[in-house]
Amino acid sequence: MEKFIVKYFNLIRTIIAVLIGVVISILIIFIISKNPGYSLKTFFLGPLLTKGRFGDFIEQASPIILCGLAIAIPFQAEQFNIGAEGALFIGAAVGTAFAVSTHMPTILHITSVLLVAGITGAIWGFIPGFLKAKWKTDELVISLMMNYVAYFLGLYLINYYFRDKSAGFLVSYQLPKTAWLAQFIPGMRIHVGVIISFVIAILTYYFLYHTTKGYEIRVTGINKNFAKFGGINVFMVIVISQVIGGFLAGLGGMTEVMGLHRRFNWQMSPGYGWDGVVVAIIGRNNPIFIIFAALFLSYLRTGGQVLNLLSDIPSEMVIAIKSIIILLITAEAFLEKFKYRITIREAKRREALDESDS
Amino acid sequence: MNPILKSILSPKFVFATIRVMTPILYPAIGVAITALAGSINIALEGIMLMSAFTGVMVSAYTGNLLISLIAGVAAGVGMGAILGYFHLKLKADIIIAAIALNMFASGITIFLLYLFAHDKGTSSSLKSLVFPSFQIPILKDIPILGPMLSGHNILTYFVFVAVIAFYYLIYKTPLGLRIRAVGQNPDAAKSVGINVDRIRFYSLLLSGFFGSFGGLYLAMGYVSWFSRDMTAGRGFIAIAASSLGNNLPLGTFLGSLLFGLVNAFAIFIAPLKIPSEFIQSIPYVTTVIVLAIYSINKSRKVKKEIE
Repeated sequence: MEKFIVKYFNLIRTIIAVLIGVVISILIIFIISKNPGYSLKTFFLGPLLTKGRFGDFIEQASPIILCGLAIAIPFQAEQFNIGAEGALFIGAAVGTAFAVSTHMPTILHITSVLLVAGITGAIWGFIPGFLKAKWKTDELVISLMMNYVAYFLGLYLINYYFRDKSAGFLVSYQLPKTAWLAQFIPGMRIHVGVIISFVIAILTYYFLYHTTKGYEIRVTGINKNFAKFGGINVFMVIVISQVIGGFLAGLGGMTEVMGLHRRFNWQMSPGYGWDGVVVAIIGRNNPIFIIFAALFLSYLRTGGQVLNLLSDIPSEMVIAIKSIIILLITAEAFLEKFKYRITIREAKRREALDESDS
Repeated sequence: MNPILKSILSPKFVFATIRVMTPILYPAIGVAITALAGSINIALEGIMLMSAFTGVMVSAYTGNLLISLIAGVAAGVGMGAILGYFHLKLKADIIIAAIALNMFASGITIFLLYLFAHDKGTSSSLKSLVFPSFQIPILKDIPILGPMLSGHNILTYFVFVAVIAFYYLIYKTPLGLRIRAVGQNPDAAKSVGINVDRIRFYSLLLSGFFGSFGGLYLAMGYVSWFSRDMTAGRGFIAIAASSLGNNLPLGTFLGSLLFGLVNAFAIFIAPLKIPSEFIQSIPYVTTVIVLAIYSINKSRKVKKEIE
């Protein structure tokens, strides 16, 4: 048992942090709700109870996965990029503009729209990446500012040039059918984009852990000077990690538009980029763990939405809970005393074993 | 003369600049103090939101301005303390912990706003108080200068006091000396018996203190209600402003003034029918450009020094 705890301590700590978050949400619901039993049930089981909601739960994981990867790849190179939100927003806006104004056969249209969105996102990653690599400009501040630039420019583009005035809301024209990602399960909103995101996560895992470029990214993250002396072009690594990140975030926004809404309907930034930061942290920058972290978060998100709809608890509770979980997970020293005690006990046990052997 | 050019050249423009600079300068001082101590606080966004919300709520329920001021400041300092505890005691990465705190503040304020005001947008259904504005005797009668500098909110005047206090703190007090020492070389500071973690903790508390005034001003001076995510990135612009000014008092002030100018300019050219989305992106684009130029210059200087 002790051996197991020492070996999987990080995983256990993550689970405990998540459990604490869950317990706090239960407490909040009990304090606030007039009908706590019902609210608890809708929050924790809501995403499972109907087919449609289960579909939403899986569907919403998709942009979160892509944003999580968008954050994790630069993180692996020790680069902060909290610009996934902006890359997602501007990628989707420019992609929508492109999709609405072009006519092509289906496959070609889908691919080119995804590319346009991805490249736009990549530009959003390139700017902080290049400034950082070349002149050591703080990528954190730049990527934050780029979020706002993306938000306002995206809105400007959609509201002034591609607004569907007949729709009654501030939304873009509907995408032509040739640019739709199909929803392939009746009664659920799961679309092809969801599959794309899962596949990309697996590819990213392969890229990071089984290719030279991926290795270079990780070495740069662990020790920049070592990487430099080892002949790695750190400048390129930093730029590339940010460019790939931006590309994936742009893709995340676009698949959401192409598969779910079929038009650009965000007047507020949807927050997937911030969820991306969360899942990158929970998943410790490992693409496979990020899939699970994203599913967890999207479960909370869907549960929160159901709660918002059916009970007296506002869904923003989920945001507060999420942030508590991140705080606990990043707190390296959280539960450290416990680990220390367990490690000592394990060491003593081994010592005893060694002695009895000799 | 062009009416818009005329309005920009009028004292009103300077008045507006000072007004919009205020909620940037307060958090910028907060950021600067922590940056000087070597543990930059990017949670000013969350600190301001919490203070703004607490101030509005407490004033709506007590009707007492002093109590709401104290509560708002306590909320900000409390956020600083939480960040300090997680970063210094529990060894969390300060950037990620700060991101989490920003998210927390955004979520919890909307959550509580809904519970208390039954609205997820603004607190306008509650009767909350504002800090008073007043005219400065004598100064108000001087032409041009009067309408520029007089008639501001009390918290706007106080921001100038805050800058001077920041200067005094950093250069004239033992704590300021220690903050700078810890930031420049923590190991050297440790070797002369300074408790690095404790000094950093103090700097985070101070950043919460100064940031909270920014939040209070926003919700109880700039406007008279709390609305969701009303800080709108000012806590992040504050980081840009203070890093533009090398985190020093005068520099931080000038950096914030620059953003005040750009924002005021954006407001004043609004009648030109330039789309508002476009104008609103100006300060953020400016930050990117100015920070880039700043770091280009800096890296050139470093190169020269090496040569």
